Amino acid sequence: MSTPRASAKNQQRPVNITGTTALEGFVWTRRHLLGLDDLSSQEILAILDTAESFREVSTRSIKKVPALRGKVVANLFFEDSTRTRMSFTLAASRLSADVLEFSAKGSSVAKGETLRDTARNIEAMGVDTMVIRHSQSGAPHLLAQCLKTSVVNAGDGQHEHPTQGLLDIFTIRQRLGSIAGKRVAIVGDIAHSRVARSNIFGLRKLGAEVVCVGPPTLVPGAMRTLGAEICHSLDEVLPHVDVINMLRIQFERIGSNLFPSVREYARLYGLNAERLAKARPDVLVMHPGPINRGLELTSDVADGKNSAILQQVANGLAIRMAVLFLVNQGSQA
Amino acid sequence: MEELLNQEQVQRALDDLYQAVASHLPAKAPLAIIGIRTRGEIIAQRLGARLAERFGGQIDHGVLDITFYRDDLARRKGAPLVRATEIDFDLDDKLVLLVDDVLHTGRSVRAAIAAIMDFGRPRAIRLAVLIDRGGRELPIAADFVGRRLDVPDALRVQVNLTEADGKDAVFLIKGKRSS
Amino acid sequence: MPETRDILIKNGRLIDPASLTDKKADVLLSGGKVAKIGSRLPAVHGAEVIDAAGKIVCPGLIDMHVHCRQPGHEEEETIATASAAAVAGGFATIVAMPNTHPVLDNEAAIEYVIRLAKQAGLARVLPAGAITKGREGKELAEMGSMLSAGAVAFTDDGDGVASSSVMQRALQYAGMFKATIMQHCQDPDLGSKGVMNSGAVAVRLGLAGVPAVSEEIMLQRDLSLLAHAGGRYHVQHVSTAGSVRMIRAAKARGLAVTAEATPHHLLLTEAACSSYDPNYKMAPPLRTVEDVQAVREGVADGAIDSVATDHAPHAAEEKELEFALAPNGIIALECALGLYVKALLETGLMNWPALIARMTSGPAAALGKSLGSLAVGATADVTIIDPEMRYTVDIASWRSKSRNCPYNGWPLTAKAVCTIVEGQVKYRATAG
Repeated sequence: MSTPRASAKNQQRPVNITGTTALEGFVWTRRHLLGLDDLSSQEILAILDTAESFREVSTRSIKKVPALRGKVVANLFFEDSTRTRMSFTLAASRLSADVLEFSAKGSSVAKGETLRDTARNIEAMGVDTMVIRHSQSGAPHLLAQCLKTSVVNAGDGQHEHPTQGLLDIFTIRQRLGSIAGKRVAIVGDIAHSRVARSNIFGLRKLGAEVVCVGPPTLVPGAMRTLGAEICHSLDEVLPHVDVINMLRIQFERIGSNLFPSVREYARLYGLNAERLAKARPDVLVMHPGPINRGLELTSDVADGKNSAILQQVANGLAIRMAVLFLVNQGSQA
Repeated sequence: MEELLNQEQVQRALDDLYQAVASHLPAKAPLAIIGIRTRGEIIAQRLGARLAERFGGQIDHGVLDITFYRDDLARRKGAPLVRATEIDFDLDDKLVLLVDDVLHTGRSVRAAIAAIMDFGRPRAIRLAVLIDRGGRELPIAADFVGRRLDVPDALRVQVNLTEADGKDAVFLIKGKRSS
Repeated sequence: MPETRDILIKNGRLIDPASLTDKKADVLLSGGKVAKIGSRLPAVHGAEVIDAAGKIVCPGLIDMHVHCRQPGHEEEETIATASAAAVAGGFATIVAMPNTHPVLDNEAAIEYVIRLAKQAGLARVLPAGAITKGREGKELAEMGSMLSAGAVAFTDDGDGVASSSVMQRALQYAGMFKATIMQHCQDPDLGSKGVMNSGAVAVRLGLAGVPAVSEEIMLQRDLSLLAHAGGRYHVQHVSTAGSVRMIRAAKARGLAVTAEATPHHLLLTEAACSSYDPNYKMAPPLRTVEDVQAVREGVADGAIDSVATDHAPHAAEEKELEFALAPNGIIALECALGLYVKALLETGLMNWPALIARMTSGPAAALGKSLGSLAVGATADVTIIDPEMRYTVDIASWRSKSRNCPYNGWPLTAKAVCTIVEGQVKYRATAG
């Protein structure tokens, strides 16, 4: 455990952070966004800064720009996801792109068509960008290899959910002014969480410290190899962090002996007002949603002053606009 | 790289531009000055300061990044950084003075007009440029011009300004046109 | 079948680990047997003369782990195409795994494979029978009948035998026939959802892991059973450092245990999975650098007596799936020799006689077959190797029906130039 640091309250970020020397002369070249593991810190900052511009678009009377006019974005969702899909659809619309929606629950193999074939058929309609959500880790990588379109990962298995990671980081920067030197706790089923991985990769690259919190069955020691610290006690971690990111409990994991019961989990790792009182007064509480109220978070915490949950959702739109815009300008394979 | 205008000549062109704007602006109309990033923004600031001195009253300042409105996005390789657009005031029924450094093909101005229209419905938009170098590809003309130059299409006009480049000057550069 | 012409192999470096031979000698093959060995053997009337100057002449290589896919998946491989690939790789003998559809778990299925192999007339194909009916791990298959039909050993390869009591009885029962039980060590419960090695890379990629202990606990159990039940036990595709240590210790205790290592566990690590390319998906999975080093050392010091490809053909559409959904395994018969040389000779761990032992006398002993030697009177299985030949792996030219192979484009050294099975030339490298 590191010693507690002074809060970053005074570090107000200037409104326009673009043109920082870190990005002087930087040109975005990527055609795909597969994960934050692949990106440099400059590329992550470029997305965040571009998102800053798009956040402004949402304040205009006409909340739409013609940047992707005539382009086609296809949403391929092989897993249920209401909010990520809606966020991508709205982002594409605000960039004036046409949006194709495709959803197939369960695996494509069950339908007798491979993912590759499904994607190539949709590509043949003249798609420029493929946004994919899939239950298998690496599915977007497979598409990036066999398609000519840009591929954006909207969540692949237990691997990455890069736009969620980016919007979390964006929200932290917005609220706390910077990322470097901040200490972020991610609480819950880290082992099986793509949100956790994208957060860890991105936050570490931007110089934050990350501590993963949960029982050893959900937070295996190998997480250290990703540059994160591990702690099994939420109470121990709470007083020393700037951000608490509470992951959603996946109910399908119950019965696989990863934790004995939801009640015991909530008791050890749930965040309630009493527990929050042990944290710094200005600690930021985040959750990728949808929340299991009363489990990961009690309602008073989810809706309280420390919560950034709705801000995360709003920022998700700006991040996805930035990502769709950038990959459409990218040329590199 | 050939110097077309030196510091003094740039100053004179700016004076001319200011005079042209000042003599034509209606006295009490609510004015908004919007500069196109990056050099247009600086010229807009300089104009705005002098206009405020002379007319007093409320002048809104805005900055426009036209990247999202460009018509050549699909042809470009790699994305330059998009900078924030800052228009945090109401545009409706205002007289908008749109400011850029160089007027060439007219495509940037077209993009800027499209962007401004997404913010509201101004009473009128007027265009002020430091240099009009000719070579229009769209039916667009400046209302106020600091200096007219006749430059062949293959060459590029680059405006340097103290705030961004350390010194005021205008150069002629061989090579691809930038927009 | 036409009368076999005598073959006189001249001027080669004769390496026969079974008789501890490594010398320049000529070999005369006659009537399907080794007839004479000596220096400057005189010409024999009517005999074909093969000049093996600069080449290694050794017993026909044996690959004791090959998936021929027939019956059931003839679109991926057949006995005939696997045999053709084998002899092109220098293998005179291959052992066909029984996890076909239907499973080779009865006399008729064994006879079927042997009949197809005879029709193909290339490599010697020795079918392994399943340990349990349908490879279900419950009831013993009719091992005695399968042996009489020509089965060479028993395995449920693809899965380990999970039940301790079934394994105990399999060892006891097969032991009566002196037949070898070959085990794919992988606990079906621990890491059952895993698709690659547990550890740093799996964590980074978000893929479920198969821990090293999953292999080691089954091996540990089997060695305990072997000590009590007796029998002959062979560990297939050893992948972890812990397994190598256990096997070495078991041999020191005098247990009748043998083991094999595959080219991929000698050359590739879990890091290869980073691109989600299913050509790096195996069971057991690719492990760590330390495991690769330990497996190499195990082969070098003899703890692991054999090298075997685990040649596992899959159709292209299957290997184009998402990593976790794609089937396990890759093919390697046609470049295996070069891969072994790269892993074991070029690293300075072994010399040619030792490597040839792992491909001849080693597997022959593990199977209890009188193959893999070049003494006078032995079966005339001979492989002639050009140890200096450099080539680039080109899977497009291969005889196998499948193309799931990550070694395409690899530069390798050493290749079989002639494969002789029972006195007949079954493969001869074309010039260039």
